[in-house]
Amino acid sequence: MSQKKSRSRGGGGAAAAGDDHEDLARPPPLQAVLLADSFTLKFRPITLERPKVLLPLVHMPMIEYTLTWLESAGVDEAFVFCCAHSNQVKEYLEKSGWAGRAGAGSMAVTAVESHDAISAGDALRVIFERGLIHGDFVLISGDTISNMSLKDALREHMDRKKKDPLAVMTMIIKHSKPSVLTHQTRLGTDEIVMAIDPETKELLYYEDRADNSNLYVTIDKDILSNNPTLQLHNDMEDCYIDICSPEVLSLFTDNFDYQHLRRHFVKGLLVDDIMGYKIYTHELRSGYAARIDNFRSYDTVSKDIIQRWTYPMVPDVISNRNCSESRLHRQAIYKASDVTLSHSAQIGANSVVGSATSIGDHCRILNSVIGEGCTIGKNVVINGSYVWDNVVIEDGCQVSNSLVSDGVHLRAGAIVEPGCVLSFNVEVGKNALVLAHSKVSLLPQPSNEDSDEELEYADTNSGVTDSPPFSSMRSNGDQATVPSEEDESGTSETGTCGVVGYIWTSGDAGILEEWRQSIAPISKEKLEELQHAVSENDGSEDESNNPTLPDKDDSSDSAVEDDDLISKFEKEVEETFQRAMGGGVNRDNLILEINGLRLAYSLQHADCAGAVFYSVMKSALQAAQSTNDSLLKTTAEALGKWKDLLRNYTKTVDEEMEILLKFEEMCQETTKEFSPLFSKILPFLYDTEVISEDAILRWAEEKEHADESDKVFVKQSEAFIQWLKEAEEEDDEEE
Amino acid sequence: MPDVQPLVSDFVLKLKRRKVEGSHAVARQTAELLRSVVSQHRMGSSANQAAALADAVRAVGEQLIAANPIELAVGNIVRRVLHIIKEEDISSTAVGIEGLSVTVDSDDEYDREDDDRPSLSAAVLAAHARNALRAPSLQTLLEDIPVSPAISRTASSTGDSDGKSKSAGDKTSTRKLKHDVIAAIGDLIDEIDSCYEPISEQAVELIHQNEVILTLGRSRTVKEFLYAAKEKKRSFRVFVAEGAPRYQGHVLAKELVEKGVQTTVITDSAVFAMISRVNMVIVGAHAVMANGGVIAPVGMNMVALAAQRHAVPFVVVAGSHKLCPLYPHNPEVLLNELKSPSDLLDFGEFSDCMNFSTQDGSPLLNVVNPTFDYVPPKLVSLFVTDTGGHSPSYMYRLIAEYYSADDLVVRRKSTA
Repeated sequence: MSQKKSRSRGGGGAAAAGDDHEDLARPPPLQAVLLADSFTLKFRPITLERPKVLLPLVHMPMIEYTLTWLESAGVDEAFVFCCAHSNQVKEYLEKSGWAGRAGAGSMAVTAVESHDAISAGDALRVIFERGLIHGDFVLISGDTISNMSLKDALREHMDRKKKDPLAVMTMIIKHSKPSVLTHQTRLGTDEIVMAIDPETKELLYYEDRADNSNLYVTIDKDILSNNPTLQLHNDMEDCYIDICSPEVLSLFTDNFDYQHLRRHFVKGLLVDDIMGYKIYTHELRSGYAARIDNFRSYDTVSKDIIQRWTYPMVPDVISNRNCSESRLHRQAIYKASDVTLSHSAQIGANSVVGSATSIGDHCRILNSVIGEGCTIGKNVVINGSYVWDNVVIEDGCQVSNSLVSDGVHLRAGAIVEPGCVLSFNVEVGKNALVLAHSKVSLLPQPSNEDSDEELEYADTNSGVTDSPPFSSMRSNGDQATVPSEEDESGTSETGTCGVVGYIWTSGDAGILEEWRQSIAPISKEKLEELQHAVSENDGSEDESNNPTLPDKDDSSDSAVEDDDLISKFEKEVEETFQRAMGGGVNRDNLILEINGLRLAYSLQHADCAGAVFYSVMKSALQAAQSTNDSLLKTTAEALGKWKDLLRNYTKTVDEEMEILLKFEEMCQETTKEFSPLFSKILPFLYDTEVISEDAILRWAEEKEHADESDKVFVKQSEAFIQWLKEAEEEDDEEE
Repeated sequence: MPDVQPLVSDFVLKLKRRKVEGSHAVARQTAELLRSVVSQHRMGSSANQAAALADAVRAVGEQLIAANPIELAVGNIVRRVLHIIKEEDISSTAVGIEGLSVTVDSDDEYDREDDDRPSLSAAVLAAHARNALRAPSLQTLLEDIPVSPAISRTASSTGDSDGKSKSAGDKTSTRKLKHDVIAAIGDLIDEIDSCYEPISEQAVELIHQNEVILTLGRSRTVKEFLYAAKEKKRSFRVFVAEGAPRYQGHVLAKELVEKGVQTTVITDSAVFAMISRVNMVIVGAHAVMANGGVIAPVGMNMVALAAQRHAVPFVVVAGSHKLCPLYPHNPEVLLNELKSPSDLLDFGEFSDCMNFSTQDGSPLLNVVNPTFDYVPPKLVSLFVTDTGGHSPSYMYRLIAEYYSADDLVVRRKSTA
């Protein structure tokens, strides 16, 4: 019914003039585009079988929250764009009664289906082609949870548009604690830096920084010159709720390369000053809004829901299915009325237990969400986990900080370590151990993952055919009774025993990044690391804690950023160099690689020379024994071996100077072992023609006027310099 | 009944999403919805029309109550409507006995009463039947004596029209039952709308010259009550506790000042400090339970305890739609609603305290924002309802006048 309605509306808007009069009389219906596809792979492997928007978030599919909010925010018509698993989404809409509901005051929901869209940009282009949107609309993805009131933002948007038709979009942002940690630890996303005009709230600059170690933002000077005042925010969260004018859709069509809403569209619009389109922001004062981007934000948002920040979208108020009402008890414990709970079982604070679930003796359930129809045996400990529906957990299992999907069967004594994701119907055998951060699915990992392919789910038929060797040890549940002690040894075959399903290797993010976006709490060390990174950003370096990084020039603040860049560069060069030492990489290739790095960091040739020299010396130091003699020997060897490489960089006196200065710096600060040998190594450098006499003399000359402390090495090598000078004079005389 | 289903589900959604809140609005809308349910109900030809109608109401009522179990007014109105159907059924069958000599099963007790006054109209009979349903009380003793001669004039006409023939009579009696029920629900809606008047009429008797009144938060009933006293040229002062975290007290203070009432706004925590200067506490309620306990905005129990400590009368004003026939069980938890913590804290400022990943996954900061407080009956001095002032121990009698005992659990007979 709603479909018919929307279609007739679409036809009318395009053709009939009579409609226009009506539109003038009363405000056009507020429309919304809901992207029921995140176009990312972050929720794999679960999303291979079920779309992300249908994953239960505290017993309700995410899309239910989004649709409920849209309806309560006064949206008249919503288009649900589904791509992957579109049948499931459509079926859900039918079943839950969203689609086909009609009548005054309720929202019409229409599914829009397209199978070849691989990005949000494609989705919006499809929406545009179908001519569904006639007025301003709310753009939201199906994994956004909110209870905010849209009224103010809408009014602001409309008022602005009346004055300035180029204001095409209003972005909803939310204040959050100005701490770099918060972004990471709360939502597992990167910090966002925005520049906003404090008067007009116009967004001038938007950058989601992928790397916290980048300590600076680059703002175009035009922005600074055109706007007398601007506020730079790093304490804002992007809610990913946008109010857009219809022009936005045509912009997407005009710029067919726009894929990502933020990365391409917003940035593209901000950079493009030909058309002059503007984006404004609306700061959320009261109300909650957050987007579930990854497993960590899934965890955080779930807990926010349990703590009732999303009221009235909380478990005891809304329930979509006709199951028994869940009631809220003290300490934020939600229990359905037909839960079978053993007397000795203990349910801790902030937990939710779904209906028809039975929990056995001496179980402990803490900070967890247990779905419907689960059977939990005796002595089970579930901590900080999300157990979906119809899961069987036998006696003595331990599950911590993991996600357990529908139909999973954990046999007695199984242990699931933090950060695991068990996809649908996976079985874990007796006493088996699922290692931390492993992702287990009945479907094998697609092997042809292109990094630039941003499909949420590759279709399951392709990419399955040749699964990598690690996933080929499908074992039967019966024989999977290997003792768990063995398993701890490694990530290879033994680790997977006792699990029916494929264990996925971590994706392109790499194993190091796993902790960022998993449900598991961040370990102390990582936190300290983060904290340290943060404190470093503040400019308050603690030298004693950080011996590996070369010390920074305290005297000039402006050099701090530069120094950091160089030290990073040096590190990479060192790594490259070490690889070259170990694997015997061709010298030419090494030069190529280092040149590549230099270009990547956009540094001078001289910096490169310094870095290479640093690496050479470092390698010598590592090879050396503790005594000075052996150090001298290895240094000589290393220099002899790599002199060609060094000579490649020492084309001019400047670069030679750089090496000298670097050497001096090393002796003074990082590798003090060299300091007594300075004067002995210097002649050697001269002999190998790495450094010319001109450079040494100029260095000595420059140092003449420096502080006493800086002159230590000049003095140390005075004899050599003297000799050089004499030699030069002799040369002159000869001429 | 398919025609009302969209209406019902719409209202259920509104209740669920907490779009309709406040017992007055909820009561009114529930009554209106039930009126349309009754008017849309297709009377079958089965013998027991009233039971079918009651079942239809029950089916809807069940959904409504489940939608927001905290809004007790929904259940109250559903039970009131069920009670109305029962009353009207009894009165119409009584007419049937008189005009058509149809044997209808009804309780002996009512038959006896009906036999005494064979020529009365349905309306009068309904009044009698109501009396019969009510337990005898002081108020009802005198009630019907002046009424009966006045209405008996119309009795003959209605009695005649009903008694044409058996088949026609059957049809008209069902139509009449429906009509009467709709009319009675209309009366109920009027009663809900005008419940402030009979309550505020009593204001002058309770508020004396130069008294100091304390109230907490904002209740429309309290506001009307104080207005009425002011209009009667009483001069008094009002302390308004602001009613954190919703701060409805600020709104009330503004409204009172507009009417020229001396008003002082205090924080909730200052209630105890001020109570010694107060002559009377007058507050509104969310619901009045059968034991005389009160579900009221949060902070009320503290006010009541302070009042008791200083022997200050604690008066609760509430319309009859707030009378709930249920007894409270674990009311602090089960008859409460925890709202969003954002009323108390700014999420942005505290987002770093809600870092679940930094500890072992358990949040260190919890925020509890309950809506209601339970005030036990022993702390309440007086209830002022539209039928007058009552002590807490009398509430169960009052409730017996409005509800039938077998409607306490609203559930469809077939499922039960």
